[in-house]
Amino acid sequence: MPKKYHIETKAAPPRFLAVGKFSTVEFREDCAGSCRQCVKKKCVYNVYKDSYQHVITMDEPEFLYICQSCFRCVQECTKGIFSPVINPEYTLMGDEYWQPEIINQTWFQAHTGRIPVSGAGYRGLFSGAGFDAMWTDMSEIVRPTRDGIHGREYISTSIELSRKPMRLIFDKEGNLPVSLPEIVEIPLPVILQPPAFGVLSQKELLAMAGAAQKLHTLMLIDAKDYSSSFTGFDGTMVPRLDAANYKEYVDIICKSRMVEMVDSSGIEREFATLRGFKPGLLISVGLPLDASAASRALELTGTGVDVLHFYAEDNGRETGSSNPRTLRDMIREIHRKLVDGKVRPTVNLLFSGGIAMAEHMAKAVICGADGVVVDIPMLIALECRLCGRCKRGESCPVDIGDIYVAWGVQRIVNLIGAWHNQLLEVMGACGIREVRRLRGEVGRALFLEDLERESFAPIFGQRKVPCG
Amino acid sequence: MNTIKTKNILPESVNTPSRFRNPIGKYLVKRNSRCAACGLCAELCPYGVHIKPEGYSRPLPPRSHLCIGTACAGNDFYCVKRCPNQALSVNLNPTLQALGDYRWTPEMLIGHWHMAETGELPRVDLEYSLGSSGGGFDKMRFRIPDAADYLDINDEDIDTSLNLNRRGDGRPQKVLSLPCYGGGMSFGSTALPVIVGRARAATRLNTMTCTGEGGYPPEFLPYAEHVVTQVATGLFGVREETIQNAPVVEFKYAQGAKPGLGGHLLGDKVTPEVAAIRETVVGSSLFSPFPFHSVYSVEDHKKHVDWIKEINPRALVSIKVSTPSDADMVAVGSYYAGAHIIHFDGSYGGTGAAPDIAKKNIAMPIEYAIPRIHRFLKEEGIRDQVCLMASGGIRNAMDAAKAIALGADGVVIGTADLVALDCIRCGKCESGRGCARGIASTDPELGYMINEEYAEQRIVNMYLAWRKQWCQLLRQYGLRSMKELVGRSDLLVNMDYLDEAERSKYPEAPKNKLVI
Ligand code: SF4
Ligand code: SF4
Ligand code: SF4
Ligand code: SF4
Repeated sequence: MPKKYHIETKAAPPRFLAVGKFSTVEFREDCAGSCRQCVKKKCVYNVYKDSYQHVITMDEPEFLYICQSCFRCVQECTKGIFSPVINPEYTLMGDEYWQPEIINQTWFQAHTGRIPVSGAGYRGLFSGAGFDAMWTDMSEIVRPTRDGIHGREYISTSIELSRKPMRLIFDKEGNLPVSLPEIVEIPLPVILQPPAFGVLSQKELLAMAGAAQKLHTLMLIDAKDYSSSFTGFDGTMVPRLDAANYKEYVDIICKSRMVEMVDSSGIEREFATLRGFKPGLLISVGLPLDASAASRALELTGTGVDVLHFYAEDNGRETGSSNPRTLRDMIREIHRKLVDGKVRPTVNLLFSGGIAMAEHMAKAVICGADGVVVDIPMLIALECRLCGRCKRGESCPVDIGDIYVAWGVQRIVNLIGAWHNQLLEVMGACGIREVRRLRGEVGRALFLEDLERESFAPIFGQRKVPCG
Repeated sequence: MNTIKTKNILPESVNTPSRFRNPIGKYLVKRNSRCAACGLCAELCPYGVHIKPEGYSRPLPPRSHLCIGTACAGNDFYCVKRCPNQALSVNLNPTLQALGDYRWTPEMLIGHWHMAETGELPRVDLEYSLGSSGGGFDKMRFRIPDAADYLDINDEDIDTSLNLNRRGDGRPQKVLSLPCYGGGMSFGSTALPVIVGRARAATRLNTMTCTGEGGYPPEFLPYAEHVVTQVATGLFGVREETIQNAPVVEFKYAQGAKPGLGGHLLGDKVTPEVAAIRETVVGSSLFSPFPFHSVYSVEDHKKHVDWIKEINPRALVSIKVSTPSDADMVAVGSYYAGAHIIHFDGSYGGTGAAPDIAKKNIAMPIEYAIPRIHRFLKEEGIRDQVCLMASGGIRNAMDAAKAIALGADGVVIGTADLVALDCIRCGKCESGRGCARGIASTDPELGYMINEEYAEQRIVNMYLAWRKQWCQLLRQYGLRSMKELVGRSDLLVNMDYLDEAERSKYPEAPKNKLVI
């Protein structure tokens, strides 16, 4: 049996107290001060014992980061002096898209490498925009076929990044007259890239590169940031170049398996030169996920490009539009365009921007992506709070520039390990054995619009409020 | 054995306050140090918020959760205004900010705690029927009724019963007094007094509860006629006698909260008692395999059903599945395999631990599944021969009624039972020693915080309050029986499908911005 892809996770505790969701405000003036069985002593999670410092110093108000909000102290205190509140600092993290909950769960995964599990059902909104307006399906498991269900150890998550010819053409002697591009695979549908956010120290970049290497995937990096410290990561790094500057980086190109060229008109004419420097080089073109993305994708496919990498906004939206569409719809559009143009199998599509949770990876693939590019979650794995202070030139509350590289590597590996496990969960439920077969498999998804139309329209008539 | 109950003999509600000293209410009543202990407030408030027992020098701390809040300001007994020392204040309870989630909003939780305490619908202005999820049941309303349809009859004359066997196959008719029964909660995931309390409540209400995957503790035996035995992929504790005990045997093919994944019980919860009943090893995590490795076709599935029918000739068979895109086909297949009950479990419910990614993303919400299954079974001409049960995110009496109007015969309830027992929905059931509130825990201390009598009465109370809501609803449309509501989707509207003028006639769902 071939060696299984396995991501080695190991607890990597945070360096700073995480920003917790709950805190408790005490009306101390009401405290009887003499209860022998003070509820603080009875907290099942030892919240008060663990932060006894707070009892000694009587700081006010004190945020108890590890409180699990069981409300027992609130409900059992003889004088009712406790009032639980949401920690204001928690609500200030992130934004509408990168919600505190996402940040918190990312920390958990980076810390433990485990899948977030909870009891008591689902707690969120019914649906939302983009990926929140689709569900994955699992018909196979209710009506399994012998092919449909298999142990997760048999599920493959690897994807190819190399282009493929549509068909093989042989000459009269039965030989292949052209040499076929080498097949390049990565073991999971994820590559990494530093976020275009704040200031990234060398240590952070090295942690990201180290994680990419451990995960056997790739990491994109601007050619100007490709310093000598990345020696040893040559097979992992993918320098990002453009038509104007790439000739200055021939040494880097020659060390790399793959490069990414910023899209510009006629970019395909540079491919031959690039492969002249390094035969067999994989070429990605990076282009904005905007209104012309689908037609540009069709133009570029077949020019010798291996990968098209679309950049959405950080909130997973179309760029350059006043009414931006979501990644979900954009990926479907581009995928369909290439399917209709009968060229989809020849190129590989990656998407970045707004990939925030493991489910986004699975859903992007279902919509038609080959893989996703992860950026901001890596920063969160390194304890970033998305507070935005660095953007404003202020100091970072977690001193993120000064991490231990090995710790950073483990945090990112843990996060992606947890994502990988979640992908396996979803694929197992869908009865899909290979992530390549999940690509564009919209039959394994349920879309909000379709469900509303099929289940509700016959009852309620015409929808007056648009979906999403 | 053939027990057809024609009359609704319902149990009594008994006031059963929260186990916790400080119940949480919508309003917070505070008495400050200016209080001269005159006792006037205790005389004034008709809701029992202020109590000054005979011989006490000071009134007891206010029982805030009974206060009707700002709506009281117009009453001449409004304590805040009448207190001669201005010692009283009534405000929105700030705790609400940290309570609940989009599906179970703080007011829905508080409303259900009130029902479980009193058996009555809350007096306090609480929205306990609509959540803030922004879709599904929270978008549906019952159509404004025509006053002419109103039926002036008592609750006792309204039939809320549910017949589980409509096949006419010679097996017993099993008629429950309510259009719902309790979903599987295993011994192991949930404290023993909780599940036994549920069984006792089910007995008194003439409905049922379900063992879940955890085997059949002997404590269930006195209530055997009201306990469904679940056969799940792990087959924990499934034996010939536990199948023979059961009026209904449920095959769990999948559960909505984690379709594609078997049950999972963390090692910490496998105490000696749990291990004994499940016939496993103490402290060792229990994973149920997925799926039934003996079932790969409708024919295999039929063998399962036949096996049960052979072992217990009076058992009805229920098939529990989640909601895939072809849920309708699954329903038909289950019917032809011989099931009496087809139970669809949608994605948003569940009480046990499940990966968050599964809860949010796998399978379709039950609101979409019910109408398509109902329609399909009708087209197949077999709708009248099966009992279609729905579950997964059915939180309250109105959700249940909406599910029935969409086409289900009845609903299966889990979470609300736990809320009745003071569950706060913190979702931490699986961490460490389990639920800190003694519900989802088998910890030697935490697992025995609740006693069976308390659990029984709180659950009975809540369903009695639900029944009141159902009766109110049915009367408005001139319906005498819950059966008449099945499939009456014409009585429902969806806010997203109404134009603005129409929409404004219906109550808005609370639009809380919650931090979850
Ligand atoms: S709410 Fe629960 S977890 Fe939080 S401090 Fe109080 S007792 Fe501890
Ligand atoms: S924690 Fe704040 S300051 Fe530090 S990197 Fe993140 S956003 Fe910037
Ligand atoms: S405000 Fe009204 S209901 Fe509340 S405690 Fe005072 S008198 Fe009672
Ligand atoms: S741990 Fe929280 S959600 Fe789970 S049963 Fe207990 S109170 Fe309810």
